Amino acid sequence: MTIFGFGWEIMTNETNYQDRQWLDPDAEPFIQLRGVTKQFGSFTAVKGVDLDIYKGELFSLLGGSGCGKTTLLRMLAGFETPTSGTIYIDGMAMNDVPPYERPVNMMFQSYALFPHMTVESNVAYGLKRDGVKKSEIAERVDAMLSMVELSDFAKRKPHQLSGGQRQRVALARALVKRPKVLLLDEPLVALDKRLREQTQFELMNIQDKLGVTFIVVTHDQEEAMTLSTRIAVMDQGQFMQIGTPTEIYEYPETKLIANFIGSVNMFEGRVVSNDDDHMLVDSVETACRFELGAVAKAEKGAKLWVAVRPEKISMSTTAPQSVGTNQIKGTVHDIGYLGNMSIYRIQLDQNGSSEGGSLVEVTVPNQVRPKDGKHAIDWDDEVYLSWHPESSVALFR
Amino acid sequence: MMTPDADNKANIQSTHSSSVAGVGSRITELFFNKIHEKWRSIVVAIPFIWLLVFFLAPFFIVFKISIAESLIASPPFSSLFDWTEEGVITVRVIFDSFLYLVEDELYLDTYLTSIRISSISTLICLLLGYPIAYAIIKSPDTTRHILLLMVILPFWTSFLLRVYAWMGLLADQGTINDLLIWLGIIDKPIRLLYSHFAVYVGIVYTYIPFMILPLYANMEKLDMTLHEAAADLGAKPMSTFFTVTLPLTLPGIIAGSLLVFIPATGEYVIPDLLGGGNVSMIGKVLYNEFNANHDWPVASAVAIALLLALVVPMMIYQHVQSKEGVS
Amino acid sequence: MKKQRSTFLFSVLCFGMAFLYIPMVMLVIYSFNYSKIVPVWGGFSTRWYAKLFESEEVWNALTLSLQIAVINATFATLLGTMAGLALVRFGRFRGRTIFSGMISAPLVMPEVITGLSLLMFFIALQQLVGWPEKRGMTTITIAHITFSLAYVAVIIQSRLSGMSQSLEEAAQDLGAKPFRVMFDITLPLLTPGMMAGWLLAFTLSLDDLVIASFVKGPGSDTLPILIYSRVRLGLRPDINALATIIIATVAVGVLIAGWIMIRQYKKQKADQQMAAS
Repeated sequence: MTIFGFGWEIMTNETNYQDRQWLDPDAEPFIQLRGVTKQFGSFTAVKGVDLDIYKGELFSLLGGSGCGKTTLLRMLAGFETPTSGTIYIDGMAMNDVPPYERPVNMMFQSYALFPHMTVESNVAYGLKRDGVKKSEIAERVDAMLSMVELSDFAKRKPHQLSGGQRQRVALARALVKRPKVLLLDEPLVALDKRLREQTQFELMNIQDKLGVTFIVVTHDQEEAMTLSTRIAVMDQGQFMQIGTPTEIYEYPETKLIANFIGSVNMFEGRVVSNDDDHMLVDSVETACRFELGAVAKAEKGAKLWVAVRPEKISMSTTAPQSVGTNQIKGTVHDIGYLGNMSIYRIQLDQNGSSEGGSLVEVTVPNQVRPKDGKHAIDWDDEVYLSWHPESSVALFR
Repeated sequence: MMTPDADNKANIQSTHSSSVAGVGSRITELFFNKIHEKWRSIVVAIPFIWLLVFFLAPFFIVFKISIAESLIASPPFSSLFDWTEEGVITVRVIFDSFLYLVEDELYLDTYLTSIRISSISTLICLLLGYPIAYAIIKSPDTTRHILLLMVILPFWTSFLLRVYAWMGLLADQGTINDLLIWLGIIDKPIRLLYSHFAVYVGIVYTYIPFMILPLYANMEKLDMTLHEAAADLGAKPMSTFFTVTLPLTLPGIIAGSLLVFIPATGEYVIPDLLGGGNVSMIGKVLYNEFNANHDWPVASAVAIALLLALVVPMMIYQHVQSKEGVS
Repeated sequence: MKKQRSTFLFSVLCFGMAFLYIPMVMLVIYSFNYSKIVPVWGGFSTRWYAKLFESEEVWNALTLSLQIAVINATFATLLGTMAGLALVRFGRFRGRTIFSGMISAPLVMPEVITGLSLLMFFIALQQLVGWPEKRGMTTITIAHITFSLAYVAVIIQSRLSGMSQSLEEAAQDLGAKPFRVMFDITLPLLTPGMMAGWLLAFTLSLDDLVIASFVKGPGSDTLPILIYSRVRLGLRPDINALATIIIATVAVGVLIAGWIMIRQYKKQKADQQMAAS
């Protein structure tokens, strides 16, 4: 079955991108990076990375500026050649293939629309270079423009369009060639916040419809979380962790990752006991015992950090009935009211006094309106914090 | 059922039929494919060879002639290379022309005068051009564009005619003398034309746009909030100027100064038209040596000497420009 | 304090503009002087314009100058664009340092040196290969192209380095080979720069006296050479008339350019509004 006469197979729900191909040992990766390194003079932008990306994935490269994500994308597009290592796309080594012969297309951060051509000619440009028949070009350009809802703007020049429209032209221009892989360099960064959210979902819809593999470079973690099937978090030219958004958020492998994505509370401690189903950790700083799901490699006495996300902590003004694990007491130090929720900073009691203890962040959904500007739990209230053993993660580095 | 071979053929046919569309575009495509291997070398080679032949080679010839012997012949210099009977080239180098330059005080004098005149003119251009550039930057948008255009405009009119205009102003019966007499400041015309003063005026007048424009370009990039920051931190306008503005506009000052100094040193038209017989600058000497005395080796030696004087400023200019280009 | 400073700037600005324009205004005023002695006012007259137009010498020089200027501007734009492209977009190649040196040297080289060396070169070449047989329009044009191309290259260089390379990369990404990219993307976007370069080269050529007087031959006087030979001997009212015509032409040209610029600016504004709606 085809849509808009494109010749792309519609992905049915059974085979959509949520099918976790990367877990299937028999699945053939569509894009493979093997020991890819890129040096600019003495600076190493990408350090020997390996990566498998599967067909139909929406894969994000997430990281701060200078982490090497853009260099990696440009190597995939062919604008940079790896200093060492090989990139395979659909089983073919790409190192000696120039950009104009690669089965990939790119959506540039600045969109890079040709200012001297109309929207229509911009979209048709790639097809003309391929020597596609005129009638077919017209047909495909029309279909593409109607898909991105720009049919009425075909004769306009790029500077006569708004930011969101330009973004859609860039997308149409890159997709009309039916690339095997679409590379997107910060696709939403030039849009304002409201438009960005809306466009995120449009991008996902289009990707879902066409089944093209998307590789997105972004520095925006929220964007990466919403869009992606999988995320590779990059730092200093290397991957720190590769996984689904849930894996990255709920099971970070390092303190760095835990801090990079969302906020987190961390308590240093030492392993007291490690059974099959749970582990006990003592924290000197909070004078508290933590309970977590078991971690195989932790031996007794090993140093680790217990990480808990702010929204996983429940907060109450009444003391718990029995003394147990994962319980700490403190005082409300600060409240940040965000409307839909509030961020509380709780100063922990230290050696019986509430002075000088470390701060713990807790987020609470505002299910009830604050009355007369007073929150249900307000400044300087004494509070008891607790969380479920399965909600925290043990980190060793 | 199709054999793989037949399948292949069908494919070829289908691609072929699709490519028939527009034979013309097909041919241009072919042209682009063919040229795509070599075109970069061609694009580099054409201007490169042009400059090698018409810019670099001539310098070597001038250098060669400057070390040849002057003869009364056509061309009036001795050949540098002589074929001996064994077919070996012997090179005769004669430094007579250079010795002549050093021995004759006239040349050394001219040399120093040229450098002095162009340095002082450059300084005047800077003192006048800097506040003008700054004033233009500080003007509101529309006025700024008009003012900038007014600075560029004289450049598009003839250089020669702008020098000529000052002949009319500075002449004994000229506008300035008339004005001064009418005002009662003087009672008979004073000598303005054919003097050092006239040459200074001429150089400053014709070269000041070359000072203003680099300064303007430099100041335009300057973040004006820096001034506010300095003021906010307690700097008075004067100290803001010396501690913030001046250091940041230094590249513009250097570029502008060199753009005035270098061509002014070798200036020929201005000392000739406005200085007359009273001001002798090196460019004029070179021209006369060549045109009136037909002493090509000495003219060439003068050219080489002039070049030597300007090599350092030229290098500095190149350096500043390339640094500017990077940022 | 602030007020004081701006009055200082304002007076410098006024003085500067007066300094730049009063000589030209005087030049124009005296072109309408009846008297043969330029600075002495003898009543209004246009007789020097008539005299100017009668002179065949002036017409010949003007035609020659315009011919040289047009050919020079065209070739200099071609070569200069090539040079600019090579320097900004081709990365490293052998001889790049010499090349970039040769591009920027003519900009600061004193004219007397360029002129002398080119003349010596033409003479040597004539002895060696018999060409150029005699000096004239060809040699002047070659000399002009040599220094004008450097100016064009500088303009193109600055335009190119201000132009984002992602447009060219996008075209490559869509399947265009580098040479094709140059024709489809780079050159169309460089057109304003090339036009500016052409105009600059044209003006430089029309304005040049020193280099042309070195490499000219008998009977190939360009307009500046003609003017120079006349004004060397003193003030000439017909030259004032010629100067007035030149100034008027330039002024009209600038007005037209300004009008086009304002129109484009307005169109841009309208487009932006259209995009926002």
